[in-house]
Amino acid sequence: MTQTGTAVDAPPSAEGGAVPKRPATEDRRQKWRSRRYRWDAKLSPYAFISPFFLFFAAFGLFPLLYTAWASLHRVELTAPTDMEWAGLHNYTRLFEDHFFWNSLWVTFTLAVLSTVPQLLMAMGLAHLLNYKMRAASFFRVAMLAPYATSVAAATLVFAMLYGRDYGLINWFFGLFGVDEIDWKSGDWTSKIAISTIVIWRWTGYNTLIYLAAMQAVPHDLYESAALDGASRWKQFRYVTIPSLRPTILFTVVVSTIGSVQLFGEPLLFEEGAGASGGPDHQFQTLGLYLYEQGWRNLHLGRAAAIAWVMFLILVVIGIVFGLISRRLRKS
Amino acid sequence: MGLFGTFGFEEAGLYDEYEKLNPDITIKQDVIERNENYYPALLNHLTSNSGLADVQAVEVANIAEVVDTQADRFMDLGKAEGASEDAFLDWKWQQATADDGKTIGLGTDVGPMAVCYRKDHFEAAGLPTDREEVAKLWEGDWEKFLDAGRDFRKNGPEGVAWVDSADAVYDGAIASSEGKYYDESGEVIYKDSPDVEAAWGIASTAAEEKLTGNLEQFTKQWDQAMSNGDFATISCPAWMLGYIQEKGGTKAEGKWDVAQSPRPGNWGGSFLGVPESGAHKEEAAKLVAWLTAPEQQAKLFAERGNFPSAPPAYDMEAVRTATNPYFGDAPIGELFSAAAEEIPVQTIGPKDQVIDDNIGNGLQLIEQGKQDPDGAWDEAVKAVDNALDQ
Repeated sequence: MTQTGTAVDAPPSAEGGAVPKRPATEDRRQKWRSRRYRWDAKLSPYAFISPFFLFFAAFGLFPLLYTAWASLHRVELTAPTDMEWAGLHNYTRLFEDHFFWNSLWVTFTLAVLSTVPQLLMAMGLAHLLNYKMRAASFFRVAMLAPYATSVAAATLVFAMLYGRDYGLINWFFGLFGVDEIDWKSGDWTSKIAISTIVIWRWTGYNTLIYLAAMQAVPHDLYESAALDGASRWKQFRYVTIPSLRPTILFTVVVSTIGSVQLFGEPLLFEEGAGASGGPDHQFQTLGLYLYEQGWRNLHLGRAAAIAWVMFLILVVIGIVFGLISRRLRKS
Repeated sequence: MGLFGTFGFEEAGLYDEYEKLNPDITIKQDVIERNENYYPALLNHLTSNSGLADVQAVEVANIAEVVDTQADRFMDLGKAEGASEDAFLDWKWQQATADDGKTIGLGTDVGPMAVCYRKDHFEAAGLPTDREEVAKLWEGDWEKFLDAGRDFRKNGPEGVAWVDSADAVYDGAIASSEGKYYDESGEVIYKDSPDVEAAWGIASTAAEEKLTGNLEQFTKQWDQAMSNGDFATISCPAWMLGYIQEKGGTKAEGKWDVAQSPRPGNWGGSFLGVPESGAHKEEAAKLVAWLTAPEQQAKLFAERGNFPSAPPAYDMEAVRTATNPYFGDAPIGELFSAAAEEIPVQTIGPKDQVIDDNIGNGLQLIEQGKQDPDGAWDEAVKAVDNALDQ
């Protein structure tokens, strides 16, 4: 401020009492107030959303950066502060790490095995639910029940169903003379079994998303299609699916991200296997391999590197889908 | 108390008794079923100095690592009131003692091994059922144990395996040998160790000849098989008796018995430690000393079958004359005391459990018909080396 306190005591102008100069205090207050208003308008929104950013910094950004830092070191869970610089060693070694490639392959196959049937079924179910029918809301709520079940509970039940000696599924196949299948130890059988758990849990969730999108499709479109003589199937193909494109893309993105992070189901699928994903690592996903390296073998640095690779994979997937969706919007 | 598995203190009434003796103390326990889930959490809590219970249990497979890396986070229980080095088996005491003489945990139990077997299946196969005669079948040699298994398979009941899993045979065999995965200087030697090779040979043969039931231990499938009598024998450390009884239930009552193992060894056994950061350190140390004192260990054995790590308990009435009605009144006190005296003292290392788990995976590959023994060994070595590589 340029004005000082002396101005306050300055007498009014001698020239015949024109409008007295506004006292400087008043002026200053005014200025202060308007500045405060300006700050208020500018800063308050940030203050209101700051909790998110503070929490994000503490629980999102910091761990992310710390993990990146740790991934460049040789560091053990038994002494997390004792770090030895390793450069990119933890990353380069992944190239020749048989177990890493195996887990990447498992993650990919599980993603395909679970996402594709899941979304197709969800689409079909949503289409059925979209018809006028009795007890529609009952069915819609029932759809969501598996999603509301905890991963642990669902997986434990499925693990029992898929039991080799006393499992219900083998008993059922046995009725048709099929030999006992050792679901958990087989390379493909274990993957199929795990995908069914994922499918069971997420189909209803995706169904409801599709249903919501379907209900937003203008009814006139169907009416005019019907007038043109389009069958139900043709209506589904030429009206529903094209209108649902952005929604389908959304569910594909969400399911893909979920698949890359798949962890609970394979971890709990076979109690004895722990994080190894079976004796042959036949269902060890990236998430499990990360957990095994970090929390079973206690190599924090190696686990951090795997975590970052997973993160980068997700970023790449995000970019790819971003490009696809831009393409779609243009067409 | 932070525990894993089944320590049985509460079931044996020891908490109630201690609370009665010390009215201002209340004991609460927090139990995680599997050590493989308990141990990483314990390490996390130790290194971040938070979330620790006043007393934390440590499994013998992890004790070397905890002594090596976490000793300064635990109280020295060697100096705790009521704890006495003389009361414990010397090797048990040494396992929890760091080079500087600090003792971070007191032993709760040890796992002298026997073999539990199903009398009904043995009878059906024309094998002896008397526990002395059964022990003679395989006395002194695990190879003879396999021979008995081959006899059993020829004449035994359809669909009943000789032994639950190859991994368990391996655990029994390696526990009864002089060496394990580390030499005395702390080097990992599992690849060249003749003891490991011998134990692997026995177990992989059992797997290859399908003498095992391909039943991974501590899974639901294994529990069901135990209750239905799908296998005839099982390596049986003292603490396993309680487990068999729990899972076998009334259905299998009177059908099991216990005989001496081909060669005695130690499988399992735990320690109780007191973290430095605890809120009630002094009280916790007193409680640990009390719980692991010979009298209480003897009571625990009588109630739950966990075999004492304190030799003075062996002469107590409760241990000496203990029999187990579920196992045909087997004289378990006498039997396990005899086995405990013969246990070889092994060098244990920080990564014993990781090595053990991966070797077990290798044996499963043979049982599942995915690999022959040589291929399975290569897979196991690859996995162990990857796990040990920092």
